[in-house]
Amino acid sequence: MAGKSVTTSRRGILRAGLAAGVALPAAALSARAQGGPDPLITEVQDWARYTGEGVDETPYGLPIRFESDVVRRNVPWLTADPISSINFTPIHALDGTITPAGCAFERHHSGAIELAKPDYRLMVNGLVDRPLVFTYEDLERFPRHSGVYFCECAANTGMEWAGAQLNGSQFTHGMIHNMEYVGIPLKTLLDEAGVKPEGKWIYVEGADASSNGRSIPIEKALDDCMVAFKANGEALRKEHGYPARLVVPGWEGNLWVKWLRRIEVTDGPVESREETSKYTDTLADGTSRKWTWVMDAKSVVTAPSPQVPIRHGNGPLVITGLAWSGRGAITRVDVSVDGGKTWKTARLAAPGQPMQMTRFWLDHDWQGEEMLLQSRAMDDTGYVQPTKSALRAIRGENSVYHNNAIQTWWIKQDGSAENVEVS
Amino acid sequence: QDDAGRLGLGREALPEEIAAWDVKIMPDGRGLPEGSGDVMTGEEKYLEHCAACHGDFAEGLGNWPKLAGGEDTLDRKDPVKTVGSYWPHLSTVWDYVHRSMPFGQAQILTPDDTYAITAYILYSNYLVEDDFVLSRDNFLDVAMPNADGFIVDDREETEYPEFSGEPCMENCKDSVEITMHASVLDVTPNDPDDGDGG
Repeated sequence: MAGKSVTTSRRGILRAGLAAGVALPAAALSARAQGGPDPLITEVQDWARYTGEGVDETPYGLPIRFESDVVRRNVPWLTADPISSINFTPIHALDGTITPAGCAFERHHSGAIELAKPDYRLMVNGLVDRPLVFTYEDLERFPRHSGVYFCECAANTGMEWAGAQLNGSQFTHGMIHNMEYVGIPLKTLLDEAGVKPEGKWIYVEGADASSNGRSIPIEKALDDCMVAFKANGEALRKEHGYPARLVVPGWEGNLWVKWLRRIEVTDGPVESREETSKYTDTLADGTSRKWTWVMDAKSVVTAPSPQVPIRHGNGPLVITGLAWSGRGAITRVDVSVDGGKTWKTARLAAPGQPMQMTRFWLDHDWQGEEMLLQSRAMDDTGYVQPTKSALRAIRGENSVYHNNAIQTWWIKQDGSAENVEVS
Repeated sequence: QDDAGRLGLGREALPEEIAAWDVKIMPDGRGLPEGSGDVMTGEEKYLEHCAACHGDFAEGLGNWPKLAGGEDTLDRKDPVKTVGSYWPHLSTVWDYVHRSMPFGQAQILTPDDTYAITAYILYSNYLVEDDFVLSRDNFLDVAMPNADGFIVDDREETEYPEFSGEPCMENCKDSVEITMHASVLDVTPNDPDDGDGG
């Protein structure tokens, strides 16, 4: 892993510094422990004397090496191979709401393909007045639209249905990203082709081998879907669908077809593999829900959490996390430190916006006590994020998808944290 | 709709182009091409293209998907979802195999190959006899065991009323006990320097 080699080289630098007789970090600490002055302040540091890198050093930069643990991570045992697989956004280490594209999760069914803009074609066919083919250059000439939306995999938190499994919010809740998109309203493209009255659904598919074909009702297609070509200010990353993907606000990530190549207007759903075999939710009695498109209100405390233990001792502690809802805007997030016996309403960093991530903070005075930390989101429809047992009572344990249950972190007296379930 | 407001971008798609890309099959069989294939031919094709991952009898190898088996397991712990036990429509099998399989070498199967492999998968699920020949004409005659096993998303009725309203803020329960620990399972990828990966 890249992180490891960087860590090692960082240690190598420290050792080299030792050999050269540079001030010891340990000595600095012990001087401070005795109430002495801090050599990081009293001694002129290298960065205050010598120059840093010039502006030509990095035409397109990566995060500083000290942040090398803020990376996507894979859980190999979840899937048969890494091509049709998932990785996880390091939400435990992020703050605010916008996900940096470089560490925003990936989910592919036949890998991340390379599709150049000159090779890109988008077809609109089916129940339309005129079937059309667009080039990428055509797309850039349509009137544009922008919006910030979360994209959450339907399977996010899916491994946790039967119990507490993975130790860290990155793994339990990291199949999600939140980006600012620019593109074209899907309605504009459909109007260009002219939807016939009998067109009730669309079928969307990608240019990759898996195709990821999905059916979407025409009402949603004409409402707020968009064909996006920019995310967080720049072109989509290859792994996020370059040069164009579908954005389906509030709905499960599988519908956000990447490398979008065809939009067909149909009179009914295709009932493709991705909406029959997959992305259907089996209930306790063996029947299964289909077309569970909306992602319900959900939240998670990202810190403290198993990957972010408390190391600073007693006193002020920032409890922070993310909340989102596919039905609308987050209006409130409550936080409990005692496993749900009592709740306090957290501060929202900004008023919740429809189908976007919302950041919350609760400023807590921690005195080394054990905590059972939970968060509970509410959206503007009045929906309150349920407990896992409330969800299981209705669905059983085999739904695979759509687990939006309240998460519990057990914060121990030493500040370490663990993924647990509570009664 | 009239032409007013249309920008005139793009060009008309040609029939050959639509035929090349629009290969979807509807649940009622619309889109199926001419052709046919029997179980024995399907077995041959299947062993050549599919068995390395899905097993000689469609039972699945390792973590690769099982295509057969799992009858009557949907209401049990860890249901086995296969074409025979779970998939509602045969159209999806034909469409997905033709469009996206074999994994890593998709879109090499002819319509006849796809009819034959689909017939073999049906045979592996004990849904047809070994002399069965699948074609566009008898496609809808095949009964899929779980065809009626799906309901449209009903969260609006079954969940939203229960999960709405002003939630409890104080004295919400008498006691709280930990009932499950992730560290007991210990399946999280570990980074030696960082505890639990990050």
